[in-house]
Amino acid sequence: MQSILEQVGIGNYIILSALLFCIGAFGILYRRNAIIMFMSIEIMLNAVNLLLVAFSTYHQDASGQVFVFFTMAVAAAEVAVGLAILVSIYRNIGNIDIDNLKNLKG
Amino acid sequence: MNTTSLIVLLFAPLIGFLINVFFGRKMSKNLSGVVGTASVLLSFVITLLLFFSVKQPITLHLSEWFSIGKLAVNFDFVFDQLSILWLLFVTGIGALIHIYSISYMHDDENMYKFFAYLNLFIFFMITLVAGSNLLIMFIGWEGVGLCSYLLIGFWYKNQDYNDAAKKAFIMNRIGDLGFLIGIFILGFATNTLEFSGIQQAIDVDGVVSTSGWYSIAAFCLFVGACGKSAQLPLYTWLPDAMAGPTPVSALIHAATMVTAGIFMITRMNFLFDIAPIVQNIIAVVGVTTALVAASIGLVQNDIKKVLAYSTVSQLGLMFLALGLGAYQVAVFHVITHAFFKACLFLGSGSVIHTLHGEQDMRKMGGLRGSMKITYITFLIATLAIAGLPPFAGFWSKDEILLTAFNENKVLWVLATIASIMTAFYMFRLLYLTFFNEFRGTEEQKKHLHESPSLITFPLIVLAILSALGGLISLPFGNSWLNHYLTPIFAHKEHAEHHLGATEYGLMAFAVLGALIGIGIAYNLYMKKKEVPTSDEVQGLHKVLSNKYYIDEIYMAIIVTPIYGLASFSKNFIEKYISKSVFGLGNVVSVLSIQGKKVQNGNVGFYLFAFVFSISAFLIYLFLIR
Repeated sequence: MQSILEQVGIGNYIILSALLFCIGAFGILYRRNAIIMFMSIEIMLNAVNLLLVAFSTYHQDASGQVFVFFTMAVAAAEVAVGLAILVSIYRNIGNIDIDNLKNLKG
Repeated sequence: MNTTSLIVLLFAPLIGFLINVFFGRKMSKNLSGVVGTASVLLSFVITLLLFFSVKQPITLHLSEWFSIGKLAVNFDFVFDQLSILWLLFVTGIGALIHIYSISYMHDDENMYKFFAYLNLFIFFMITLVAGSNLLIMFIGWEGVGLCSYLLIGFWYKNQDYNDAAKKAFIMNRIGDLGFLIGIFILGFATNTLEFSGIQQAIDVDGVVSTSGWYSIAAFCLFVGACGKSAQLPLYTWLPDAMAGPTPVSALIHAATMVTAGIFMITRMNFLFDIAPIVQNIIAVVGVTTALVAASIGLVQNDIKKVLAYSTVSQLGLMFLALGLGAYQVAVFHVITHAFFKACLFLGSGSVIHTLHGEQDMRKMGGLRGSMKITYITFLIATLAIAGLPPFAGFWSKDEILLTAFNENKVLWVLATIASIMTAFYMFRLLYLTFFNEFRGTEEQKKHLHESPSLITFPLIVLAILSALGGLISLPFGNSWLNHYLTPIFAHKEHAEHHLGATEYGLMAFAVLGALIGIGIAYNLYMKKKEVPTSDEVQGLHKVLSNKYYIDEIYMAIIVTPIYGLASFSKNFIEKYISKSVFGLGNVVSVLSIQGKKVQNGNVGFYLFAFVFSISAFLIYLFLIR
């Protein structure tokens, strides 16, 4: 049986994940809403994950996939902390626009 | 003697100093004077007790200071014959001059400061004399220099006096550098700075390595002594130091501090004995100084300046004795000189005090009648310094001349000329000040009077000492001083002079010389009643009046080039080099002010910069390269 990777081809995976990464990056740059930026970061993370998995299969090496599991677990933890921070910010200043977060500027 | 009394001896003047410094402003003038005097008197009494009880040297260990490798330096003090002798006249004359100052400085608003400085001086002098190693001695050495500076510039509102103080300090620093280098060399060569340790080291390998380090060290120490004891070429500070109050001139610049160099060389006699070249240098420098200073003294018109040059000249004679290896003789002359020169200075102070600060002898005269005690004491001291028997100066000066005669006839001739000059200028001073008519203003004439008893008492004591001081070392065998100092010079055999026809002839000759000097002075200033004219003089006289132009020469060859260097630094280094260095700093500063704007606190901008840079980097890595 031909694997799905062979049917699609590694090049398309790379392009997809590059596109996803760019979407994430532009999301970060253009949106001011912290939650959207957060989601953009997740998209970038997942673009990388996709690439890792694709190459893992391509090289017939499972360690890439193991690595992705770890990334996802850490990302989940990160999301938990990040969201908690966002909630805290919202309670303090009433919105989550990052342009308002300038209090630490020297 | 127990340790406590030794500590009291050391620190009583320091405590007097502290009391006067911290509480003097609130105390009455008399009280601060009494505190100052009492502390020195206390030291003197303990020294007297020491003098009568001590047969063996005693060492006082206060604490450790530091140790580097094999070299350990402690706060140790040693009380042996030499230091006790010195302490005796330092504290004794010091106490007398403190008493004198209570009256003399009574009209000064800063009297407590004066006593504080005097006490500090006595403390450092004791440290210098009693220290058991070179570094402790150096502490005292620097300390007395500091006090000398403070006291010369005591009337600090007068810029000339400040300049004199600075001159004294800087001249001394030159000598001190020599001293310090000498200390380093000795520490390097012998691994110890203790006098006893150095002596042992020299005894062990002295004669073998006569040349080399020891000679260099001896020369460096001699340079230090030159600065402190005002020998050529570093003597010019001492005449200027007369800017200080007269008791200071008497105590520091005549009797005690300036003899520190002689003390140091006497202390290190074992070192100088193995450096005959240095000894020759000392003798030559000493006799030259004696001659030069005496010849300048011939024509000075300021009463204190005459005494100052006389001091330099007498110190030169002491150095001559040191150079000839006759340390006892030098010590003897130091002691008698301390007596009569202190008496002379205090007497001149009494005159100046009565005339309300007038120091020019041309405006004095005829004071014999109104100031009897001052006159008589001054006369005795003058006879002593001129070298007439039986006064103290005769015996000590005669010993020096005798030693010189035995060693080197040229030195003897020069020293004799110097002492004839001494007799002349001292009697010139005496005649101008105390004889003939009073030449001051009518106003001053009305107020002529004898000084108060606090001033005359020290004068009388010192006059008695000047008269009888010679008794401690009469040349007729069994000299007490030589016997007393034997342990200090234990390593060398000492031959008592056997008085023969030559010696008596020399004595007679010395007296004759002194009488000639006195006769010339009598002829000029008593018979012809000459008064030195104004400063418009010609020929040799002019050269002498201008002190051989030595100050001007130093000005031209040392001070002016240094000023030139300074102005070069100011005009070139400061302007260009330092500005270019500052320019670099300014560039960085301007750049950083611009760069600061990048950090604007906007998270979005940071992210943009972050992404943009990474993209640019990646593009460079993968696409362009």
